[in-house]
Amino acid sequence: MAVDQPTHAAATPAGDQSRIHDIGYRGYDGPRLGRAYARRSLYSQSLRGAYGLGRSVKSKVLPMLLFAVMCVPAAIMVAVAVATKAHELPVSYTRYAIIMQAVISLYIASQAPQAVSRDLRFKTVPLYFSRPIETADYVRAKFAALASALFVLTAGPLLVMYAGALLSKMDFAHQTKEFAQGLVSVALLSLLFAGIGLVIAAFTPRRGFGIAAVIAVLTISYGAVSTLQAIASTQDSDSAIPWIGLFSPITLIDGVQSAFLGGSSAFPGGVGPSHGEGVVYVLVVLGLTAACYGLLNRRYQKVGL
Amino acid sequence: MVRITTVEDVTVIATESLSKRFPRVTALDRLSVDIGPGVTGLVGANGAGKSTLIKILLGLSPATEGRAEVLGLDVATKGAAIRERVGYMPEHDCLPPDVSATEFVVHMARMSGLPPAAARERTADTLRHVGLYEERYRPIGGYSTGMKQRVKLAQALVHDPQLVFLDEPTNGLDPVGRDEMLGLIRRIHTDFGISVLVTSHLLGELERTCDHVVVIDGGKLLRSSSTTDFTQTTTTLAIEVTDSDAHPDGTRAVREALHARGVDTHGEAGGLPGAGHILLLTATGEETYDLVRDVVADLGLGLVRMEQRRHHISEVFTSSDDQRKEAVGHGG
Repeated sequence: MAVDQPTHAAATPAGDQSRIHDIGYRGYDGPRLGRAYARRSLYSQSLRGAYGLGRSVKSKVLPMLLFAVMCVPAAIMVAVAVATKAHELPVSYTRYAIIMQAVISLYIASQAPQAVSRDLRFKTVPLYFSRPIETADYVRAKFAALASALFVLTAGPLLVMYAGALLSKMDFAHQTKEFAQGLVSVALLSLLFAGIGLVIAAFTPRRGFGIAAVIAVLTISYGAVSTLQAIASTQDSDSAIPWIGLFSPITLIDGVQSAFLGGSSAFPGGVGPSHGEGVVYVLVVLGLTAACYGLLNRRYQKVGL
Repeated sequence: MVRITTVEDVTVIATESLSKRFPRVTALDRLSVDIGPGVTGLVGANGAGKSTLIKILLGLSPATEGRAEVLGLDVATKGAAIRERVGYMPEHDCLPPDVSATEFVVHMARMSGLPPAAARERTADTLRHVGLYEERYRPIGGYSTGMKQRVKLAQALVHDPQLVFLDEPTNGLDPVGRDEMLGLIRRIHTDFGISVLVTSHLLGELERTCDHVVVIDGGKLLRSSSTTDFTQTTTTLAIEVTDSDAHPDGTRAVREALHARGVDTHGEAGGLPGAGHILLLTATGEETYDLVRDVVADLGLGLVRMEQRRHHISEVFTSSDDQRKEAVGHGG
């Protein structure tokens, strides 16, 4: 009944050369790179995201600003040291992160929720887990990305200081050793802070709450610990000071580096933990980091699909 | 380029007394069903066990008992391999509002294991195929529901899977958007060569889109058969003819001529305008069509329309209680 239309009508060239032709569906026969590749991609996407790269201009402002705030004092110190031909930098590599802890806290509070709460809040998580990657891959990629972002934030100024120290011809061996100790210290700090920030953020899907909760945990614990330490110091119970220091993230890092990494302690009276106590500090740092990783895994087992 | 589906003539999804029990509810109860290539509708009321079934088939939730295979891979042990070959479009909203469709779909393609260049190329292709053009560079937050559904579909297709699970893809769409989405789903199989399992609680839309429909209720299989079985057990023909000088009332003339040849016509189609001119009769086979053609030609009238009036799948539910027992035996 119907007139037999030539079925190729659509394929005959249309007069307009600028027209885009629908070439139909093409399959994909190329390689599928699997879980490890997906994990790496998620890592790099999250790391870039932690500095607002690949995101809107608005979300670049805060992380970039905080990075600048971290680096500017280091640059000023270097400039002063070079100008005055000093033989030592005014602040040691290990002290720097402790002094700048407020900036680090702000960074982790703003970026941890951005790394995980968005996926939870917009329910993007099921799209990941309907693909080859599994819970542990997701958690590891996010953890590693935020820890790396924090490392960039904390090691960046150290690099500025080290470069400045070498430029002003300070003792190379001494500077290198201290710089390396500083790097180990900020690496530990990055792991610990990333873990704490991610756990809090993963349990508070609302971004605002996440930010507030991270800041609260970091500052309240530090405030409480340093107050108790001060009280202990005035009560002449100096032996209690190192043990109190175990209860806040930043004093934990302070303790580890003053015990093993040649740092001077910010504890009252400059009394850092002894080597024996330092071992406890290291164990607590590693234990907390592992606990955060475990908690994150458990959290994501639940939110699956 | 026409792609040859390698899974042709092979079962795409097979379950064998698959059960999933939660402490307080049984989501799936000894479900045994074989699903072949093509577009398959999975129908059931809310809470019938559709989403639970998809989770098990993706290898994300272990079955309490029974077994299931997707593309020949066991869901209990080959979950990752299955997830590499299938796509999944969730029912709920799952898109971050602050990135563009392109960025988002590229990222999801990489999560499926596509290398960066291939991910970008496939994203551009897939977004075009689902009907997103310039808007794909804008943040998703500003999209309409229909556009968001297309992005969700694109992320399920971007890695060129062999099978996609679409969970309620027409949810929240207006009638036009619904039709477009159903057309797109049809094309996923006919043009892209990808098998589809689509869930819905609306039977009418699946009737037009699917080759095969599986009805589940309370975790049990109610019926599994091809849509032609569902809707063509009895076919009603609707015909409309012109009038001529010799036969001022063409419809009546045809009716009488058909009666003379022993074909019954039944009631006219409802109270629609012009319904009086439509004759309904039961087609018993090819010969009925020939007979109608000959009768109309002999009378010298014009045949304006001759179409199948399909029965609706919803009738399955009204008669489901009788068929329940038979269907369970049928499904295996």
